[in-house]
Amino acid sequence: MSVLVYTESENGKFKKNAFEVASYAYEVAQLLSTTVTAISFNTSNNEVLGDYGVAKVLNVTNDILKTFNAKAYAHAITEAAEKEGANVVIVSSSTDTKYLAPIVSAKLKAGYVPNVVTAPENASPFTVKRTAFSNKGFAHTEINTDIKIVGVSNNAFGIKEHKITAAVEAFCPAITDADFTTKSTEVDKVVGKATIADADIVVSAGRGLKGPENWGMIEELANVLGAATACSKPVSDLGWRPHGEHVGQTGKPVASNLYIAIGISGAIQHLAGVSSSKVKVVINTDPEAPFFKAADYGIVGDAFEVVPKLIEKLKEFKAQNA
Amino acid sequence: MKILVCISNVPDTTSKINFTDNDTKFDTTGVQFVINPNDEFGLTRAMWFKEKQGATVHVATVGGANTEPTIRKALAIGADEAIRVNAEPIDGYFVAKQLAHVIKSGGYDLVIAGRESIDYNGGMVPGIMATLLDMNFVNTCISLEIDGDKVTAIREIDGGKEKLSTSLPLIIGGQKGLVEESDLRIPNMRGIMMARQKKLNVVEPIDAKAMTTDDKFEKPAPKGTVKLVNADNIDELINLLHNEAKVI
Repeated sequence: MSVLVYTESENGKFKKNAFEVASYAYEVAQLLSTTVTAISFNTSNNEVLGDYGVAKVLNVTNDILKTFNAKAYAHAITEAAEKEGANVVIVSSSTDTKYLAPIVSAKLKAGYVPNVVTAPENASPFTVKRTAFSNKGFAHTEINTDIKIVGVSNNAFGIKEHKITAAVEAFCPAITDADFTTKSTEVDKVVGKATIADADIVVSAGRGLKGPENWGMIEELANVLGAATACSKPVSDLGWRPHGEHVGQTGKPVASNLYIAIGISGAIQHLAGVSSSKVKVVINTDPEAPFFKAADYGIVGDAFEVVPKLIEKLKEFKAQNA
Repeated sequence: MKILVCISNVPDTTSKINFTDNDTKFDTTGVQFVINPNDEFGLTRAMWFKEKQGATVHVATVGGANTEPTIRKALAIGADEAIRVNAEPIDGYFVAKQLAHVIKSGGYDLVIAGRESIDYNGGMVPGIMATLLDMNFVNTCISLEIDGDKVTAIREIDGGKEKLSTSLPLIIGGQKGLVEESDLRIPNMRGIMMARQKKLNVVEPIDAKAMTTDDKFEKPAPKGTVKLVNADNIDELINLLHNEAKVI
């Protein structure tokens, strides 16, 4: 009996969500009176997971797994779960993880619940609260299988320290060619810039900006804040910004600490997609814009006047608080 | 090429969500149901294959007779035939088991499902089906090209995209990008008339057990009132974000 957690990494370094899912796994392990084992791929600083309550790390070092492959990773995680006799497997809500988790679910015959926002209160029934209806509601979902898979919603549980010593063990899953019938041939990824999935702050703009040529100030504001940039659906449909930036019900969900919406009126689909963000700021010329009803802070004003001033003031603020 | 598009019958994106029966059920009162948007992008891409490369396109859903208007819409858009598995979709695993049976019996080369349904957001049906059937699988797919049985796909990743090479038989978890919003088709009168003649096969479910149950639902807590800051007082906004919200 144990709790297995898949701790994601990028270029050999743990992602922030790895510490959040480890923290969550620790809480579940406490509930089940057991310990947490993590599985990681090609990472070197595995001991750090001990800070978040991980007792053992199964570290896979294999060049063929340097590029993410859903089937191969799912194979390794399944094998680790079997080896550890895991009754609960904890994963994140990243795009890669949402790719592999259903595969693990089918292999282990384990009920999988994604988008989970709180730890279960009891070991039995094992019920977790998750978002549903694209963040317009929550469901309390019971997992009825012997092995359970929980996908923790990004930035919902938080990172919690429980310092123990993590024992690191090399782990060599029996990956075969059959795991690579779908192969990555090219990765096109922005480096050195926060992504919507893991940014603490997201700066988003809508049709109120009038045209793609006006995005310079949005980029600059994001830059000052170390934020990711996003946009509303009409903006991506018009081709002003790439689809990857579209946030909302049919786009990407946002669960950042701070979401700044500029020139976005707040259609119900958009509000659903960003509702998991903790604090929302709206800048809009129209005081009747529906987004003001869903926001924490608002400025009724013209983005072309407000945003440059905000950039300037934030630069001063950053200089003072550096 | 034989294509199956898996369709989920979901509340329109503008729907207000309410629950009923002591918060144990989704309240469908006054709700308009549509083809799940992620599935509709896939269906439209399937139509492209049919018209440009030659393919038969079937659609399948798991649901009661209430889902038939949505299935008919898919037929009106141009699918050739439809299958409805006559069962309430209990959870992702149950639905995947039913659809996997449909895929196996139908011998499909390509199965396109949405990356997730916009109601229960499970996002697991394509991956579970692919694993049960040992078919290749690409999730969050935003581009799909097929040449013989060779497949080039692009999937969205956090912060970018990734090109993949794979082969048929294949299952896709699709989304916007497979086609553009402007490519989506509104059924015309001829399509609607023709859809009435097309086969809608109702099949009984196979024996399968759900792995999860939704015991209860709740709505998000109502939001407090927005704090408005004067456009001339940006310092105040920064102060609030720093000292009150503690997010910068």
